Order: sequence, then structure tokens, then C-alpha cells
Amino acid sequence: MSDLADLTIAEAGKQLRNGAITSLDLTNATLARAAITESHLHAYLTLNQDAARNDARAADKALAAGDDHGPLQGIPIALKDNMSTRGTETTAGSKILAGYVPPYDATVVERLRARQAVVLGKTNLDEYAMGSSTENSAYGPSRNPWDIDRVPGGSSGGSAAAVAVGSALGALGSDTGGSIRQPASLTGIVGVKPTYGLVSRYGLIAFASSLDQIGPFARTVDDAATLLEAIAGFDIRDATSYRGDAPDISGLLDVGVVGMRVGVVKELSGEGFDPQVADACSSMYDLLADAGAVVSEVSLPSTEYALSAYYLIAPAEASANLARFDGVRYGLRVDGDTTEEMMANTRAEGFGPEVTRRILLGTYALSAGYYEAFYGQAQKVRTLVRNDFAAAYELVDVLVSPTSPTTAFPIGERTADPLSMYYADVCTIASNLAGDPSGSIPIGLDDGGLPIGFQVMAPALHEAQLFRLAAEVERLASFNRRPSLATSEVRPA
Amino acid sequence: MPVEIDIAKVAQLARLALSEDELREYGAQLQDILEHAERVSALPTEGVSPTSHPLPMTNAFRPDEVRPSLNRDEVLAQAPAAEGKYFRVPRILGES
Amino acid sequence: MTDWEAVIGIETHVELQTRSKMFCGCEVNFGAEPNTMICPVCLALPGALPVPNEEAIEGILRIGAAFDCDLVEDSFFHRKNYFYPDLPKNYQISQYDVPICVDGHLDVDVDGEEDRIGITRVHMEEDTGKSVHGSETGRIHGADHSLLDFNRAGVPLVEIVSEPDIRSAEQARAYAAELQRVVRSLGVSDVRLEEGSVRFDANISVRPVGQEELGTRAEVKNMNSLRSLQRAVAYEIQRQIALIESGGTVVLETRHWDEGAGSTSGMRSKEESEDYRYFQEPDLVPLHVDDAWRERVFASLPELPAIRRRRFVAAGVDRQTASVLVEAGDLADLFDQAGELGADVKAVANWLTGDVVAYLRRNETTLADTHLAPAHLRELGEMVSAGDLSSTAAKDVLGRVLDGEGTPGAVAAAHDLIQISDEGALESEVSQVLADNPDVLDRLREGDMKPIGFLVGQVMKATRGKADPKLVSDLIRQMAQEG
Ligand SMILES: [Mg+2]
Ligand SMILES: [Zn+2]
Repeated sequence: MSDLADLTIAEAGKQLRNGAITSLDLTNATLARAAITESHLHAYLTLNQDAARNDARAADKALAAGDDHGPLQGIPIALKDNMSTRGTETTAGSKILAGYVPPYDATVVERLRARQAVVLGKTNLDEYAMGSSTENSAYGPSRNPWDIDRVPGGSSGGSAAAVAVGSALGALGSDTGGSIRQPASLTGIVGVKPTYGLVSRYGLIAFASSLDQIGPFARTVDDAATLLEAIAGFDIRDATSYRGDAPDISGLLDVGVVGMRVGVVKELSGEGFDPQVADACSSMYDLLADAGAVVSEVSLPSTEYALSAYYLIAPAEASANLARFDGVRYGLRVDGDTTEEMMANTRAEGFGPEVTRRILLGTYALSAGYYEAFYGQAQKVRTLVRNDFAAAYELVDVLVSPTSPTTAFPIGERTADPLSMYYADVCTIASNLAGDPSGSIPIGLDDGGLPIGFQVMAPALHEAQLFRLAAEVERLASFNRRPSLATSEVRPA
Repeated sequence: MPVEIDIAKVAQLARLALSEDELREYGAQLQDILEHAERVSALPTEGVSPTSHPLPMTNAFRPDEVRPSLNRDEVLAQAPAAEGKYFRVPRILGES
Repeated sequence: MTDWEAVIGIETHVELQTRSKMFCGCEVNFGAEPNTMICPVCLALPGALPVPNEEAIEGILRIGAAFDCDLVEDSFFHRKNYFYPDLPKNYQISQYDVPICVDGHLDVDVDGEEDRIGITRVHMEEDTGKSVHGSETGRIHGADHSLLDFNRAGVPLVEIVSEPDIRSAEQARAYAAELQRVVRSLGVSDVRLEEGSVRFDANISVRPVGQEELGTRAEVKNMNSLRSLQRAVAYEIQRQIALIESGGTVVLETRHWDEGAGSTSGMRSKEESEDYRYFQEPDLVPLHVDDAWRERVFASLPELPAIRRRRFVAAGVDRQTASVLVEAGDLADLFDQAGELGADVKAVANWLTGDVVAYLRRNETTLADTHLAPAHLRELGEMVSAGDLSSTAAKDVLGRVLDGEGTPGAVAAAHDLIQISDEGALESEVSQVLADNPDVLDRLREGDMKPIGFLVGQVMKATRGKADPKLVSDLIRQMAQEG
């Protein structure tokens, strides 16, 4: 008999409605999985067991009364800890917010609650989502369920690890330069960064406002679409929220890829790319061609500059976004004789090294005399990147590449060298600069038994095309492996 | 071209009370990152207009309607220091 | 010794009176209990986002239009970065290189001297919270701590920056006063200096007359009345001249006006480096004002004070009087109403700004509380021009009308003030006076006209002042010739 914690959202939804299971069963199974795996993974910063069970009971009551709130009703979901949750500590993985209990819910949280999803708790992340390994959390790293000596990726590593191991059926993360897609890739699950503006950022603790976007983690493409449909749509509280009708997301999941023009990004291969990752992706290109897609190579010439531009733009925006953490209204305070000293002491003590580094970098890039050479220039490179995509989408419907140049790397391997850590985002960053949707789908394991992710990119608001290809990739890869931690120790031998 | 950084001034602008050692270390790391970023500044971009936003949108407004404010006690309960109805901070420079 | 010229530019901050704040739904309520008008947005809680108040944008466009600015088609919000405890985000959302209104002007009048002061820009931003020093004992110098109230944080703030076209303290005051009149006439703010809903900062420098380049300027803040603005500017001009003439140099700094001491003193600047690291606000999208919107705004403007003054002057009222009328809006309205009824506008203007203003002051009342109506002013004018009332009698009548005794006609009759201007009625009186003064009559006949005034006086006395003096002297001449 399989464990309820391993059900997909779709399957659980069926069983909840045919009476085979209750949301409380499902929630208990998920919490039981967490009880076993958390000591190894540290995916969660906060687990609200009682609140979750109460959510579950409420969902069961409603379902019993025939009051159907849709496919997320009664489904245990985890939230990255940079999303504001009323009454539940929200730290963004930072010491400076230790003990901060928000008085309001982020829009995505409201939307999940309105659909009676069960909120399990808050997952671990690199402090303020700055990182690619979740090692920058002030509360200790999360680990990869496929190999607990390796990172789960980041910054949404906790959400990814939880979904991969079964301590949540689905989760929300945020993606500023790859923070959903890269951990999804390293943990063998599906992760999607929607079109910028499709999901409200209200209540998401800002890293880089013009790049941040909330998106789903799930074990299947179908489940990811279900989660995205629940959170997408205009929100008056976010001035950058897309004002048109939410585009179709799951409408093309089953149509296949016959005649679909698929562009392989030339620049995202070769040097710096793990051969096993490259090979796995190449064979997927062939499988897609066999499935009827028109596969060709496409060039995004500005790609080599995208990473550098990103590491000027994101820190610049962050340097202002993180200015509010000053010890005056909430969070940590380290005293001083004057308010100026108090602020400087608080921030020096409260921010970790990576956050401090990026605040300094961003402050410098914006300061008098350097703005044009760095920030101003980076914004122009951003235009070049967008032009690249525009040109590419004249030729193809979607673009594909590896999600990450490597599989999960050992904990501690890159912490000493910021630049090598930054390189982990080389495949994912361009989509954030362009504001386009992009997702990662697991397509296999390397020799070391570590997952390999396949990235799919589509034009803004063309989520339907992204999910169409993603669904086909999922069928072709028929990747159904689960991390040992999710299986071995869970059931008695 | 080598990038010169007055790291102490940057730290002051960012309100970060860093030690000499920290300043030296961060200064060196910024050097590396910025020299990497030099490739960007070197790129010819005449006639290229900057993109500050991925969305081609304008005039996202809200109607002039009053919404309920937060409860003061709930808010002050989160403050590191409060006094009566106020947030409390140490002496502020530049005020008499 | 050199003659000095002052060069002054004024930065004005106006708080708009919208229902809700600039970027959140908190009520704009200045009387509220401390820290009760706060929410995740204006308190800068983690994750909160700003959304601009459409009414505030409408308001700033009206202000820009009133100053005849160009309403910029595409403008942007920027972040102005500096750490200060009354600024919750530690950056102010403002506008930088492309503000929403540019290139306007304001015509100001100093004793009938009208000058055009350029308005460089009008931009949208948000106000800060307030800090109270010390606690138990309120504001203490060098308090060991401060208390913060964020009710004002995020209130819509319009910054109006003038060109350095102002040349004197009087003109600075006139500019400020006219700016207040204009903004008030738009109904977007009550612009009260005392309550801080309008704040004026003056950038002041001096240079030898004739010199082209500007001297180093000082920015003077903290003037809470038009009078203190004028005093502060006058003081600072003299301070700088004295400083330079005694061999010193003016330093670029912010100076604080001390009303009590009547002097300015240097202030420590907020952000030592003043490096605000402006960049386009990524949480907001650009502002786009198309022709239709622009036209709607200009069409919605009321008649502005300057225009109204010009209209009155064109109607024959002198500048001074026109200014007094416009300054007190209700007098100008009554003036317009009387004018529509065809009243003699010159006479009406003089009565309103002279007798009526004096009457209101004397009785400590307002125009609305008197019984004066437009028709009364027309009737009074007609009686004077018809010769039924002498100008002195007219003033008497006007006072009684204000008291509510009735219409000018009724009042004049009741008090028997109607002037006798019918020859027949006067001839007997005149011949009687001549008969009583034969010797004087002889002198007239000999061509000595000096005593005629005496005779007129006699007739006026006989008629208790109701005779038309001109008519009387004419009659005397006639009858003297006839002899
Ligand atoms: Mg300002
Ligand atoms: Zn508010």
C-alpha cells in the first residue's frame, strides 16, 4: 500500500471526493513524513501541526457538506518563509526578522486559504532568497533528499525538498534568478516561474522587485498547473500585477507537441556544463523531435552578459528593498547611542554575509558616479536580453535548455566563492530579466543518482505553451523515481 | 579597468556598522564581482533604451478609498521598543 | 561699497487632502490618535507594496495646470534613498529626472508691481512620519530618545520648485501667498502653514548687482507663517551680505529659522553624503497622461486669482482694489453679481473695498452676515449718478443697508437724504439768500466772485445739506447777472 504522503494533488483530490480518504488522513500522513525526514532535511522553519489539522478538519467538513472549493481543498501545502502569514512567524531566513509575526496575509496565502488548502508551515530559504543552495539561511541549511550531504538548490530549497520527500504535496516558492527552477531541478520535481505580474507579489518579502515572482512546486506538471491556476490573477494591491484576464494555463496539457517549434538555446551548453546533464537534455531534444516537435538550435547572444547584468540589477533593487530592516518598527534591534548607530549596528548584526555583500554591491552600483557604468548599463543589457528573446520567438514557440549546469553539489563546496555560486543561475536568469515564464521538469538521474532538470521557456503570458511542452517532456521522460529518504525509512522494511 | 571602491563610504550609505576586517574582505569580494561586471559596462549600447520593468504597463492606480488601518497595540507589540502610543528610538542626530 | 542683489528660489511642499494616503488605504486624518492611521504599506512591513492614489494624481495635475505647466506625457516614480527614522521604507517614493509637471509660472504682485516667477517642476511624492523628542516633558533639546508617530507617513505630498527668479523678501512672501491662493482655489489642499499642510523652504544667495553667476546658496527651513518667511529671507540676505563684506564666505548648507530669535542657524544635514541613489521605483509602473486627460484637467480649472484680478482691472477697477477684492473671495463674488445686474463697477469696487471692508472690521462680522445684496449696490450707484444722493450721503446709506435697515431707496427716504436737484425747488431758497445779503450781491455784480462760496454755504445750510451744491452756484451766478 502506498503512503498518502506520496499522492499527487490530482489523485488526492479524487480520493478526497470519493470518500476514500479525508484531508485529516492526508495531512497526518504528510506530517508523519515530516516527522521522519525533517531531522535529515531541515526543509521547514515552522511547522504548524495543530493549525494544519484544523485546516484539514474544516476542509473535510466542507467537503462532507458538498461545499467544493476546487482542486486544492484539503491539500497540504508548504509556503516559502518569505511570504507574509498572519499570526505565523515570517523570517525570510534572516536573523533580523527572528520572532516577527506579521499582522497580514500575502495575497497568495489569502488565495490558498480561500480554496481551503491546508497550510502546513513555512519552508527554509537562503536569507532574503539570496542564494542557490539554501546554505545562506540564518537558521542552518536544508539538505537534498536524494543525498543529504548535498544542497537542495536555492533559494527555495526548503519548499523543493519538502515536495520531493513528501512532507508537502505541493509548495510555493519565489524565483528572482532561478530560485524555483534550480532547486526543482536539483530535487527532481517540477517548478515553474510564471510570467512577471501573473501572480501578485503583495506580501512576498521583496528581494528584487522587478524580477521576483511567486510560483509552484509539485511532483507533476498537472499539479503545478493546478497550483498556479489557484494563485494567478490580478490583485489591486500590486501595481505591477497583470491587469488582463489570467491567461490559459492547463488548457493544452494533453495536446502533445506535433508541429510545435522548439528552440534549443545554443549558448546554454558546452563549457561549464556537466556532460551528463548535457547528454540527458540532448536525448530529450531527440525524443521531442520524435514526438513531432520541430526542434532547432536558436541563439540568445546576450546570454553571456545576462548573469553580470543580473548581479548588478538584483542587488541594486535589494539594497533599497532591505533598507526597511532598521530596528525601528519590528524585528531585531542592536542598541546604539543614536538612532543612526542603532540602525547600523542592527543591520550589521542582523544580515548574513551574502545579504551584506549584495547590499554593499547594490549600494555601490547605484551611487553617484557609478550609476551609469553599472546599474544604467545593466538595464540596457536587460533590453538586449529581451530583444534576443523577441527575435527567438519569431522563429520558435518555446525555448529549452538544461535548468542547471550541474546536478546537486556538496554542501559547503561553493560557499567560499560567490562567483561560482552565482554561476548556478546561468540558465535561469534570462527569463527573469525578460519577465517570461519558465519551468523545470525532471528528466532523469545522473550516475550518482542525482536528478537532472530540463528547462522550458515561453513568451510572456504563454503559460499554456510552456505547460503543453512540459507535459510532453514529463510523458517522454516518464521519470517516476523518488528520493530514498521518501521511501526506505518511511515504511518498515 | 580596475574598479576603485570606497567600501567604508558604501557601508556608511547602507547603514552597516562593519569592522575593518569585514570592510577589507567585502571590499575584495566586490572587486571580483565588479571586475566580472566590467564586461557589461564594456558592452556597446548606444541607442539602447534601458528596461527597468518587464511589463509594458502604465497608470496602475487605486481609487481614493479608505481601508481599515492596523490595530496599534498589535503593531507596537512587534516593535523593539515602544512607549505609550509611540515607537521609541534613541536620540536622532540632525535634529534639535 | 557694492550694491547686492538677492537671488531666491522657493521649494514648496503641499499636502493633498485626499481621503486616503498616497500609496495605501489609510485615512488622511491629521487629528487622529498617534499611530492609528497605519497599515503594512505606510509602515513598510515586509512584503507590502505601494499603489498610487488616482485622486492624488488628479490633484497634482490640477496644480500643475494652474501654474500653466506642461503636463508630461510619460513620467516616472523614483526611489530617493536615505535612512531616517521617520521614513519607514528608508527611501521616499518621489519623482526625479522626469516629473509629471514642468515649465510653469506664477505671476506675483508686489504693490502693483507684477513679476512672473518661473516654476521649474511640480512632482508627486509622499510625506514622512513625525518624531517627538523626549517623552514626559515633550520637546527637549538634546533629548535622550525620540518617539515616532507614522500617521502622516505616506500622505500625498506635492513639491513645487520655483526658478531662482525671486529678488526680495517681499516678493518671496508675495509668491508664497499667491501660491496658497491658487492651490486653495483648486480645492485640493487647505495649504495651512500653521498646520504644516504647506511648507516653504527658501534657497537664498546674494551677488553683486550686475554679476552673472550665482553666489553660494543656503537653504532656509522652518518658517511657519508668511511673515516668518519674509523675515527669514530678509535676515538671511542681510546675514550673507554682512558675512561677505566682512571677508567671509557663504557655505552651501541647510539653515534653520528660529522665529523667537529672529535668526537662522546651520543644521547638520540628514544624509552626510547626500547621495540619494535615485533609481526608478520597480514596484510602480510609469504615469501616462494623454491629450484627453490633459484637456480634462485644464477644462476643470476654476477661474484663477490672477485671471480674476486681470478681469476686474479690465473692467475699470484699479490693481490695488482688484487685489483686495480677489484676496477676499466673497467680496469678489458680490462684485461679480452686482456687475451682472449692470451696477457701476468702479463705484461698487470702491464701496466694497473701502466702506464695506471697514464696516466688517468695525463690527467684527462677515459679508455673509450682513444684509448687503447685489441689487442694493446697483440701486445705490444709480441714485448717485442720478444726483439723488451725494457721495457722502451714499456712504451713510450703505452703512444703514449693511445694518439691514432696508433698500438704499427706502433708507434714503426714511432719513430724508435725497438730494434736491430740481431748479424750481431751489430758486426761492437762492433768491431769499441773495435778498438777505445785498452787499455780497453787489460785490458779485462788480465781478468779484470770491464770496460765491459763502452764498452757496448759506443755501446748503437753508436746505440742510440736501441741495446739489453745483446747481446752487450756477443759480447764484445766473440770478446775480439778471439782477
Ligand atoms: Mg521633496
Ligand atoms: Zn497605510
